[in-house]
Amino acid sequence: MAVVINKDTKILIQGFTGKMGSFHAEEMIKYGSNIVGGVTPGKGGQKNLDRPVYNTVKEAVKHTGATASILFVPPAFAADSAMEAADAGIKTCVAIVDGIPSHDMIRIKRYMRRYSKNEKMTLVGPNCAGIISPGKSMLGIMPGHIYKEGRVGIISRSGTLGYEAAQQLKNLNIGVSTSVGIGGDPINGSSFRDIIEKFETDDETDAILMIGEIGGPQEVAAGEFAKENMKKPVIGYIAGLTAPKGRVMGHAGAIVSAYGESAIEKVEILKECGVTISKNPSVMGDTVKSVLEKI
Amino acid sequence: MDIHEYQAKEILSSFGVTIPRGGIVYSPETAENKAREIGGSKWVVKAQIHSGARGKAGGIIICNSPLEVAQATDKLLGKRLVTNQTGPEGKIINRIYIEEATDIEKELYLGLVFDRSSESIMVVASTEGGMSVEEISKEKPETIIRSKIEVAVGIQNFQARELAFGLGIEPDLIRRASDTIIGCAKAFNELDATMVEVNPLVISKQKQILALDCKMSFDNNAMFRRNKVSELRDKTQENEKEVFASDRGLSYVSLDGNIGNIINGAGLAMASMDMIQLAGGQPANFLDVGGGATPDKIVKAFKLITMDEKVEVILVNIFAGINRCDWVAEGIVLALEKIEVKIPLVIRLAGTNVEKGNKILKESKIKYIEANTLEDAANKAVAALKK
Repeated sequence: MAVVINKDTKILIQGFTGKMGSFHAEEMIKYGSNIVGGVTPGKGGQKNLDRPVYNTVKEAVKHTGATASILFVPPAFAADSAMEAADAGIKTCVAIVDGIPSHDMIRIKRYMRRYSKNEKMTLVGPNCAGIISPGKSMLGIMPGHIYKEGRVGIISRSGTLGYEAAQQLKNLNIGVSTSVGIGGDPINGSSFRDIIEKFETDDETDAILMIGEIGGPQEVAAGEFAKENMKKPVIGYIAGLTAPKGRVMGHAGAIVSAYGESAIEKVEILKECGVTISKNPSVMGDTVKSVLEKI
Repeated sequence: MDIHEYQAKEILSSFGVTIPRGGIVYSPETAENKAREIGGSKWVVKAQIHSGARGKAGGIIICNSPLEVAQATDKLLGKRLVTNQTGPEGKIINRIYIEEATDIEKELYLGLVFDRSSESIMVVASTEGGMSVEEISKEKPETIIRSKIEVAVGIQNFQARELAFGLGIEPDLIRRASDTIIGCAKAFNELDATMVEVNPLVISKQKQILALDCKMSFDNNAMFRRNKVSELRDKTQENEKEVFASDRGLSYVSLDGNIGNIINGAGLAMASMDMIQLAGGQPANFLDVGGGATPDKIVKAFKLITMDEKVEVILVNIFAGINRCDWVAEGIVLALEKIEVKIPLVIRLAGTNVEKGNKILKESKIKYIEANTLEDAANKAVAALKK
């Protein structure tokens, strides 16, 4: 999706010289992502994977012209790194890291209110798989080869369930324009609604598959937005039909604590919003196919 | 992470919230002395377990003499208390809180939670204390008042005042009520809490504003910077298998069914559980070994699942991403060399190098049922159960 990343998007790795940062930077380079360098405070001037390391994001942006970054820093420092990226003028930042305190996420979002809508960084994650535009660029940790190039947009809270969907689509010879993992935390940088809105204006996308789960208000908010504002069809699946109330199911955000947050309730509300529901996780691909045939 | 009532009271008290006099005991002998030390003529003996609705379950006993306090303590200690929130197995009572009885004039409700829509702290208050917030919103929704707190700036005096006036508190007590609300909000904000509940918050006949019962929960992700709070964890209040899992970096929830699961990723784990139910079975657990599904985690996962006596079939569903199926398969083979599995095992691998992974499994000595898709895996697990 050109509005988020494309083939030329210049990418920085924050936490570049660490084990995780180096490993995934290499994977992204292999996929064809335009990694222009990275940041590790105190290691400025060194090289990693033949690319320059800088002390600050500002310095890295100045020398490379990077507009996107991906964070591989420990949870305790992640909020600080995300705010540094926003302040340096990065437009898209993906936080892979799992374990950022909710209070820190709220602080990041309040901090970013200082920027006007056009200047504001799009933060994706945390606790997510990242973004991939198949055949163009990967700003994440997903296995790139399971994504076929195409015209379906995917938004998923879960990483592996997003992979499952991409593979089902590929088996049906259906490709993906962009897949965005928004992450499993209760407070995240971009919501389903934020991303679905971007897909509506993306001329490379014909339909959107939204993979949600129990907990939180975001799937419903996206459904209501789609009903009022969208022309493109939306297909949905909600995981956690069998999840007990009041228990955290792996993802910090996957907990039913209010009305409308269980899988059954979300499915009912989404149906009313005109979203086509995939009745189980095994038929996400088939459901998308049947919707595409009607366009 | 949850803590006990008495721990929440100690924390809130340090933030300026008034609590009745009380103390914690671990034996009936010390209970009698503790009651004398607290003084007065009436005491409340409260079982400390991680659950609400303790009163209805017999976990709270009112006593009229120190001897009765000792007897009540003796009656509760070491027992498992079953409330409508604990599940049928209940929770063990290892600690007793003894408190002076309060002459209650009015019971109020005060709760603070994260509001995920507005991404702020929501204060919820009601004049109908003593009921659960779910009951209040069902039966007396008109009594509920709310106020949103910005995490970055904290609660403002006017917000606390508005809430206090909204609760119909008399002018002389507004200051104390505001301080109580401010104390709870500060504790929430400064300690990375996810929930603070004072229910009931009472006005006593002596015109004191007291937190009579308190609950606090904290953000597990923030425990790295909250050493004092993390020390309050009481593992005896958690499911044994869940503690085993969390100590080994696995994300696990014990459920009632008989099909054990080993899955990578929380979303895929929930989806697999759903497929099991659609196929006519019931999952015995939720288990996410992490997106990476390293051999080490897979060994630990098999150990955990085979500990569960109700499990009759094991379903492994791994979608290999950056890791590869051949590596995952080696992990499974390794695990089954170490741990004997006598029940049917269904394995579905997908993703990177799936053919290589399945080949490794086939050529190994392990007995298993191969599945190709999510649906196939769930159907085969349920079918294996019926045999």
